[in-house]
Amino acid sequence: MAVTTTEPAAVAVEAAPPLRGRRLRLPRSPKVLIGLGLLIVFLILAVVGPLIAPYNPSADLAASGTPQAPSAAHWLGTTQTQQDVLSQLLAGGRSTIVVSFLAGVVATIIAVVVGVAAGYLGGLADDLLSMLANIFLVMPALLLLIVIFGFLPASSNDLLIGAIIALTGWAWGARVLRAQTLSLRNRDYVESARITGESTVRIIGWEIVPNLLPIIASSFLFTVLYGVGTYTAIAYLGLVNIDPHWSWGGMLFWAQSVNAQVNGYWWWYIPPGLAVALLGTALALLNFGIDEFINPRLRAAGLTRRRARQAGIPARFPLGVTPVVRLPAGSPAGRPPGNPPTARPPADLPAARPPAGAGQVDTR
Amino acid sequence: MTGQGAPGRPGPLIEVRGLRVDYGLGPDAVHAVIDADLTLLSGTVLGLAGESGSGKSTLAYAMTRLLRAPGIITGGQVLLHGGTGSPAEAGTINLLAADEGQLRELRWSHIAVVMQSAMHALNPVVTIGAQLTDVLAAHRVRMDKTERRERAAFLLEMVGISADNLRRYPHQLSGGMRQRVMIAMALALEPAVVIMDEPTTALDVVTQREILTELADLQRELSFAVLFITHDLSLLVELADSIAVMYAGRLLEQAAAADLYRAPRHPYTLGLLRSFPPLHGPSRPLTGIPGSPPDLRTPPPGCPFHPRCGFAMDICRTEMPPAFSTGAGGGRSATCWLQDRAHEVPAELAMAGPGSGPGAGPGPGGTRPAQAPLTDAVQPAGAAALPGPAAGLPEGGASLADPAAVPPGGGASLPDAASTTRATGPVS
Amino acid sequence: MLARKLPFYALTFVIAITIDFFIPRLMPGNALDAVLAKAGSQMGSPQALHALEKLYGIDNPAGLPTQYAQFWESLAHGNLGISTSSYPTPVTSVIATALPWTVALVGAATVISFVLGTGIGILVAWRRGTWLDSLLPVTTFFQAAPYFFLAFLAIELFAVKLGWFPYGLGQNQLDYQSGLAPGHIADLLDHAALPALTIVVASAAGWMVGMRNQMLTTMDEDYVLIAQAKGLPKQKVIWYAARNAILPSVSGFSLAIGFVVSGALLTEIVFSYPGIGFVLYQAVINHDAPLMQGIFLIITLAVLAANLIADFAYLILDPRTRQEA
Repeated sequence: MAVTTTEPAAVAVEAAPPLRGRRLRLPRSPKVLIGLGLLIVFLILAVVGPLIAPYNPSADLAASGTPQAPSAAHWLGTTQTQQDVLSQLLAGGRSTIVVSFLAGVVATIIAVVVGVAAGYLGGLADDLLSMLANIFLVMPALLLLIVIFGFLPASSNDLLIGAIIALTGWAWGARVLRAQTLSLRNRDYVESARITGESTVRIIGWEIVPNLLPIIASSFLFTVLYGVGTYTAIAYLGLVNIDPHWSWGGMLFWAQSVNAQVNGYWWWYIPPGLAVALLGTALALLNFGIDEFINPRLRAAGLTRRRARQAGIPARFPLGVTPVVRLPAGSPAGRPPGNPPTARPPADLPAARPPAGAGQVDTR
Repeated sequence: MTGQGAPGRPGPLIEVRGLRVDYGLGPDAVHAVIDADLTLLSGTVLGLAGESGSGKSTLAYAMTRLLRAPGIITGGQVLLHGGTGSPAEAGTINLLAADEGQLRELRWSHIAVVMQSAMHALNPVVTIGAQLTDVLAAHRVRMDKTERRERAAFLLEMVGISADNLRRYPHQLSGGMRQRVMIAMALALEPAVVIMDEPTTALDVVTQREILTELADLQRELSFAVLFITHDLSLLVELADSIAVMYAGRLLEQAAAADLYRAPRHPYTLGLLRSFPPLHGPSRPLTGIPGSPPDLRTPPPGCPFHPRCGFAMDICRTEMPPAFSTGAGGGRSATCWLQDRAHEVPAELAMAGPGSGPGAGPGPGGTRPAQAPLTDAVQPAGAAALPGPAAGLPEGGASLADPAAVPPGGGASLPDAASTTRATGPVS
Repeated sequence: MLARKLPFYALTFVIAITIDFFIPRLMPGNALDAVLAKAGSQMGSPQALHALEKLYGIDNPAGLPTQYAQFWESLAHGNLGISTSSYPTPVTSVIATALPWTVALVGAATVISFVLGTGIGILVAWRRGTWLDSLLPVTTFFQAAPYFFLAFLAIELFAVKLGWFPYGLGQNQLDYQSGLAPGHIADLLDHAALPALTIVVASAAGWMVGMRNQMLTTMDEDYVLIAQAKGLPKQKVIWYAARNAILPSVSGFSLAIGFVVSGALLTEIVFSYPGIGFVLYQAVINHDAPLMQGIFLIITLAVLAANLIADFAYLILDPRTRQEA
C-alpha cells in the first residue's frame, strides 16, 4: 500500500548472518569513494568556511549597482550590492551543513525509537506508532514548513530550523526500520535471547540495533539529503536565513530577487546551486555504497561480464544463458585441483563412459 | 522423444562429457563441477545424490545453460539426442554450443525443470492458468486460446488438482498443490526430460510420499526421463533406475539403483548408505561419515574425499583417481583407487549386487531393478578386509550381504504404487 | 482490505483540518499582530478585519470548541475565507483559478517521469554490466540537485541562451487568446515545457534508481529463472519480472509524492507559473493567512487522495493483498 501495509524491502538482509563479528567492509567502488571524498570536503568547508572567506559576506560595498562578473579581486564575482559571492558561499556552507546534519541526526533518532519500538513490541503500540508515522508521512512536508515558517518570524536559529525539519522527515525511516525489525524479531538468535531471559532493552540494543546499522546509516544519509534540499528551499523562499546569517538557499533568494537567471548573472546562482547539488550527490553516492552492502545482489551486478572483458575473454553473456568459456589449456584457472598437469589415467583402464555394450566387465 | 538405442532398450538421451563449471573467472575461480561424465537414458530416472555444496544442482543447471552468474561453463560437452519429429529434434545437439535461439526452442519442449520451492518458483502476481499457458503460447503457436486453456485444465487434472485453480494465484494454494502445479507445468509440452531439483525437500513426509507416487505414475505413463537431484539417498533407492553420487564437484560413483544400494563400490557411497536406516530388514547401526565436505575454494589434493575416507591410501592423498568401470555391462563406475585392480578391495566394497553375476540383468536404466532375479547368490567377494573402520563395525559388511536383508519384491519398487490410481487421485 | 484504510485516511483528514485550524492560534503574538496589521491595510475595511480577528480567536466570545465546530461548518459549506491580499476575492476562487494549471503541469510531468524513469530503470537492470551502469551517478546528480536550481539552469540554457522557450509565466500576457483555440493551446504548452522538463528530469532519476534496484533483486528470484527455463521470449521474461519489481515503487508512492509536490511548488515559483505553488508563494510574501491556510488544506487533501489512489492501485497489482480479511 502507499501508506500502510506492504513494507519496504525487508528482504535484503534476511539471508545475511548476524552482523556482530562480521567485518564491515564497504564496497570500494568508485562511486563510494567519490561520494566520501566530496562529503569530507564539504565537512571541512563547514568548519573553516567562514574563517577563510576573503571578505565579509554581508559587507555592502555599494548601495546598488550591477553584479560584477568574476575577477581577480572577486573570484566568484559580486552581488548587486557588491558583496563577494565567494565569501557568501563559504559562509553559507556552514549553516547549510549544520542544519541538514542536525535534521538528519534528530530525525534518525526519532525514526529508530519509533520504528524499532513499533516493530519489536507489536500489538497496540505498533498500531499507534505506525499510525503516527503514516500521518507524518502523508503530510506534505514542504508545504507544512512553508506555512510554519511563513507564520513565524524569520528565524536564524539553525538548531531550531534543523529540529523542525527533522519533525517532517523521520517518518519514512521509521517505516523502513519497523519492517526490518519485524523480520529480525523472528530470527533465531533473537528468539534464543528472549528465551534465555535477556531484558528487552538488552535485546534491542545488542541483538537488533547492530544489525540495523547499515539501514540506519542509509536512512541518516537520506534524511540529510532531504534536509539539505528542504532547508535550501525554505531559505530560497526567503522564509529564513537570508541575511546576515548566510545560507546557500539565501544566496539563491537574493539572486532570484534581481532575476539573476534572466539577466545572466550566472556566477551568483550557479555556485550555490552547484554546491547543494554536489553535497546531495555525495550523500546519494554514499547511499549507493550502503545499498550495495546491504543487498549483495546489487553489488554483483555485471561483475562477471566486466571481469571477462578485463580478462580479454571474448564470451557473450546473454542473461539467462550460462556462458561457455573455453579457457586456454595450461592456464591456472583451467586446471582443476588434485591433478598435476601431466596426470593421465592408467592406459589399460577405460573411462566409464562408453555406451552400453562396450567397456570391461568387472565382477569384483 | 526417445533416444536411439537397440529396440527395447532405451538409448542415451543426454550425454554429459567432461563438464566443468566454475564460479567466477581468474585465479580465484571456484571449481564447482570437475570433469563430470553422466548419461541419462531416455525414459529412465537418474538420481543425482550428494551433500549440500557437492555441485549437484550446479551440474544440473549448467547442463541446460540455466546456471546464474557468476557460474561459467569452462569445458566439456552436453549432448542432447533427439528422435524423430520436428527438425529441431532430429539428430544431436551440443547444448554448450547452441545459441540463444536454439536453446529457447529446446527449453521446456525437450527439457523442463521443477524446482525445490514452488512458492518461489511460481510468479506470485500471475494466475496459475497463465503460468501454464504461457509455454503453450510460446512454443505451440498453432494452439488458440481455448485450446490452451483446455490443455491447462487437463494438465491440472492430470496431477490431481481441480481446474478451478486456473484462475487462482500461487499464494492461495497449499504447498503440496503448488508442487503439483509445478509438475503439471513441467509436463505441459511433454518434454523428454524433467530435471527435478529437490522437489519434495520442502514438503512434509506425507505429501512427499503422495507426490513421489504420482510422479512415478506419470513417469511410467508419459515415459519421460527424470534427473532427480536430492541429498536424500533413501528416496533415490526407491525411485531411481540409476544413481550418480557427487562429492566436492566430482561424480564418485554411478550405478543402477539396486546395485548401488546393495553393493556400493565407493567409500563415500558406503558412508551415505550407512547414514540412514535400511528400508526393510533388520536394522543396522548408523555410522554416518566423520568430518565435513571440503571448502571448494581450497580443496584437498588428490581425491577430495580422502580426509574422511576410512580406506584412504597414500596415492589417494596425491592423485585424483579416474573413474574405473566396475560391474557388468558397463555404465557402472567408481572413482576410487581401490578399484584399479592393483589393490585389495575391502569386503564392504566388494559385494556382489543383484545384477553382478554373469547373465545378470541388463545394464542400468533398462528396467527397474525390481525385475532383477531374486535368486542371486549374494556372497562377498572373499577378499580380505583391509584395516579400517570396517574392522570396527560390529556386523562388518555382512548386513548388506545378508540374504535375509533382501526385501521381497526386489526392494526398489514403490510400495503399493499400483494401488494408487490417478483417476481418483488425491485432491489436496 | 480498503476498509481498513479508510479510518486512517479519515483520521488524517481530521488532523490536517485541525492543524489548519490551530496554526494562526499557535503563532507568537507579535507575528500575528504583524499579519493582522498587513491584512487590515490590504483589506481596507474595519469590519473585514474584525471578522478575521474573530476567525482567529481574537475578541471571539465563543469558546474554543465552538470556534472549532464553526470552522468545520464553514468548511462544509465550501467556505475557506476571504483572501486578504486579493480582497474581496474568496480563497476558493483564488485556488480554483490556480489549481488547473498545477494539475495539468504536475499530472503530466509525473506521468511522463514515472514512465520514463521506470522504463530506463528496467533497461539498466536488464543490461547490467554495460555502459548503462554509468548513467547512475549522472542521474544521482540530477536527483540531488534542488528543483529550482535545475529550473535556473533550464531557463539559462533553453530560454535565455537558446531562446527556444519562454522563461516564465503560464501564457503569453500580451497576445492573450482564450479558450481552446489551437494557438492558445500551443502557447500553453510552450510555457509549460520548461517547468515540465525540470520536474521530469529531477524526479525521473528517483524512479529510475529505485526500479533498477528492485529489478535486480527480482531478477534473482526463482520464478524469473523458471521463465527463462521455459524458453519464453525475452519481453515476456522482463514483463514477469517487472510486474513484481514495480510493487515497491507503488508502495513507496507516498514518499515520492511528497517530493513531487515540493518540487512542483518550487518549480512554479521559479517560473512564475500561475499554479498553486506560485499563489502560495505570493500568499507567504503578502502574509495572506487565510489563503495560506486554504492552500495548505487543499494540497493536503489532494495528497491524501493521491495516496488513496496509490493504495488502490497496489491492491490491484498485488493479488496477495486481496486475501487478507
